[in-house]
Amino acid sequence: MHVLAAAPHPGTNTDVIARETLFWILAVLAVAAALAMILVRRAVHCAMMLAVVMLCLATMYAMQGAPFLAFVQIIVYTGAVLMLFLFVIMLIGISSADSVVETIRGQRLNAALAAIGFFVILILGIGHAAIGPAARPTAAFGPGNLTGLSTLIFTTYVFPFEVTGALLITAAVGAMVLAHRERTAPKPTQRDLATRRLVSGHLAPDPAPGVYALHDAADRPALLPDGSTSDASVSTALSQREVGEERQFVRPEETVAISAETGERVPAPSLPGPPDPESPAGRADS
Amino acid sequence: MSPVHYVALSVILFVIGAVGVLVRRNAIVVFMCIELMLNACNLAFVAFARLHGNLDGQVIAFFVMVVAAAEVVVGLAILMAIYRARRSASVDDANLLKW
Repeated sequence: MHVLAAAPHPGTNTDVIARETLFWILAVLAVAAALAMILVRRAVHCAMMLAVVMLCLATMYAMQGAPFLAFVQIIVYTGAVLMLFLFVIMLIGISSADSVVETIRGQRLNAALAAIGFFVILILGIGHAAIGPAARPTAAFGPGNLTGLSTLIFTTYVFPFEVTGALLITAAVGAMVLAHRERTAPKPTQRDLATRRLVSGHLAPDPAPGVYALHDAADRPALLPDGSTSDASVSTALSQREVGEERQFVRPEETVAISAETGERVPAPSLPGPPDPESPAGRADS
Repeated sequence: MSPVHYVALSVILFVIGAVGVLVRRNAIVVFMCIELMLNACNLAFVAFARLHGNLDGQVIAFFVMVVAAAEVVVGLAILMAIYRARRSASVDDANLLKW
């Protein structure tokens, strides 16, 4: 009780200066992240920026005496909803990016004008509303937040609460119906798969990515016998790394002389290198 | 910190979200901008709850969160169906309500 009496706002145990500083930091961060959301091209980056905005808002809820909403924001929004977004981005393709070409002429200009007009109207509305200082906070904005919320939800708002339950069930069923794919052809059996593989003329699985002396990663393509790289060995989700230095062969019978002065390996000039038609000329002497 | 600052911030975030909905053409990004607008509304609700000193605003914000979650689930399912049919997540390509 003593702490409650000392702090001007129960539930926010920071003093006024700290709260103002925190607000401005969070506000700038949230607006910057929101702007980045509409400016970055890739959907994944957009989702990350949205996470930043949501975390900023969660902190602001906590600062405003809404600890329950702050945690719901983090758990439900940043945790569940944003993960759902990321799942769908992964399904649709992580590299899906907007094209920068305008399909409707003057769309961005008109959107900017509409946004400015909308912003001015809203700000004027707020300016006319004469929003005063906050009311004296009660215990409902501090330790009693959860009790107060649950009392309201289960008394005044019990009917909307029930309707919300119905909405959630409907949404779950609707999502299942929409995401369900009707099987138009019978499921291929193991025999069908084997036949298909034989017919395709590609019996073995795709080649594994390349393993080199210096690099062993999934984005390094495997070398084919003729010295070129195999595109099938790298997943299409990855960007293929150039195979450069590690491409030189060291054969068991090759005599490698190590020069005493520099410590570098000097390949014996008598042995011809592997056939390497695609390699640029500069790489042959490396 | 006066609640008017929070309300002004929520206005800014809402307008940014609206611009995103108007400008972006990737349907997932459009959805995320809608989420941003809903979040901005929630911030205003919480600020008004504190302004008036009762919890009704927070309850409404809670309901908004629930409705937003339901909307995201259905919306992303529709998006998946469209992507399966058209191999594209751009809102320009989905110009027919049927495949």
